[in-house]
Amino acid sequence: MHMIQLIDISKEFDGKQVLKNVSLTLNDGETLVILGRSGCGKSVTLKIILRLLEPDGGRVIIDGEDITGYREERMMPIRKRMGMLFQGAALFDSLDVKENVAYSLREHTRMDEQQIADKVAEALSFVELSGSERLMPSELSGGMKKRVALARAIALDPKYMFYDEPTTGLDPLTSRKINELIKKLQSEHKVSSIVVTHEIANAFQVADRFAVIKDGEILLSGTADEIKGSKMKFVQDFIKGGVISYANQ
Amino acid sequence: MTQQLRHHIAGGFRQVYRFFAFHWEILRRAVRPPYYGATVWEQMDRIGVDSLSIVVLVGFFTGFVLAFQTGYAMMRFGAKIYVGGIVAVSLVRELGPVLIAMVFAGRVGAGITAELGAMQVSEQIDAMRALATDPLRKLVLTRVIASVAMLPVLVVIGDLVGIAGGMLVGVMNLGLTVNFYRSSVVNALVFNDLFSGLVKPVVFGFMIAMVACYYGLTTSGGTKGVGEAVTRTVVVSSVLIFLLDAVITKLLFLIGM
Repeated sequence: MHMIQLIDISKEFDGKQVLKNVSLTLNDGETLVILGRSGCGKSVTLKIILRLLEPDGGRVIIDGEDITGYREERMMPIRKRMGMLFQGAALFDSLDVKENVAYSLREHTRMDEQQIADKVAEALSFVELSGSERLMPSELSGGMKKRVALARAIALDPKYMFYDEPTTGLDPLTSRKINELIKKLQSEHKVSSIVVTHEIANAFQVADRFAVIKDGEILLSGTADEIKGSKMKFVQDFIKGGVISYANQ
Repeated sequence: MTQQLRHHIAGGFRQVYRFFAFHWEILRRAVRPPYYGATVWEQMDRIGVDSLSIVVLVGFFTGFVLAFQTGYAMMRFGAKIYVGGIVAVSLVRELGPVLIAMVFAGRVGAGITAELGAMQVSEQIDAMRALATDPLRKLVLTRVIASVAMLPVLVVIGDLVGIAGGMLVGVMNLGLTVNFYRSSVVNALVFNDLFSGLVKPVVFGFMIAMVACYYGLTTSGGTKGVGEAVTRTVVVSSVLIFLLDAVITKLLFLIGM
């Protein structure tokens, strides 16, 4: 069943077409990886789903509801069903780890202090950062920041998770840890996810299905085997991890 | 050249449109809860209480210098007895609201822009929206309410300290007694002066917070962009303080205040 659908989405920034009639679907319980070079419109796609950015054209359908043109207030209940892991973690730097994770619990639930503390501890335990409640974001490493941001994103038990370059800039062991968490969320919490990345090795670890974006257009979508079997040079070069220079193609 | 000019003019109009659209979005939210009372209270403390020392300093020296200048000028005409009244009316109607608003724009407005700008460039504002919180309500409306509430309080305190500063000069340098100075102040001030002195800081407080939040939330270009946004806030707020001061003064005179 299609849970999220993007239909003919286009987006332009300062005269530059970033997305051109992009259509995508995310099915129930699957992890879709959007692959592409930096700056090809992957993150913009995620932000359009969350309506952090407004598309210039096309439609966004979440659980059968066409949210295109929704005002900010109408998006709030929909966003409560979603979690987003930002590329730079985007932790609130004036709040400690506990308050970062507790943020949406305080905003959207009537939990008391004990319930909040329990839920925060549970979320931090999930990302294997128990006991870090009192640390400030400035005291965390890059990988820890991402894990705290993940704990914050899952505190409200979202139905959908979106990951913007979740492993970029992390060492291989930390990257593997993040990938394991993405898989764990899918298997234990039945979360449907979209992962945006340009790191092919990590993508194959978490993906059920792929969509390859090039120059703002979906070049190819399919399973891991279909991607591996593609004859397209761009896709093959991407898989091989070769240096790709398609800027002028 | 013509095309470039047209491009600049169109850009200018777009900015103005966005700025007024931003006002509309905030005013729309202002008529419906939630209002984040705890955050408003915290902002009132940061915006108001933390500004107290500089307001006292500015108020005191403004009254002090004003009394000196007017006192010595008026001594030539034997009219130094009016110094208290002149200091009070000047401070309450004009100098207090304008000077303290300028200090407020530099301290509070710049601080708001820097904070929101840093949040914007580090995607914290997007994160807040992704966590189903409305930043216009949580960050902007709370600061606007706190500014509108606290700037008049600061101006009243600044006015009182300024009048006290003037009294110091009156007593120590002009040979006036405390009672004489006090009665000169009380006799000079009328309701219209107090009304004018309170309307202005309410308008200035709203404007400064709106300008600061607008430039903070539209910051782009990393830390350099934050610096530029802060500069814009201080410059635009300062210009608007003088502009609005002239408009309010004229309007108040038109309605006989």
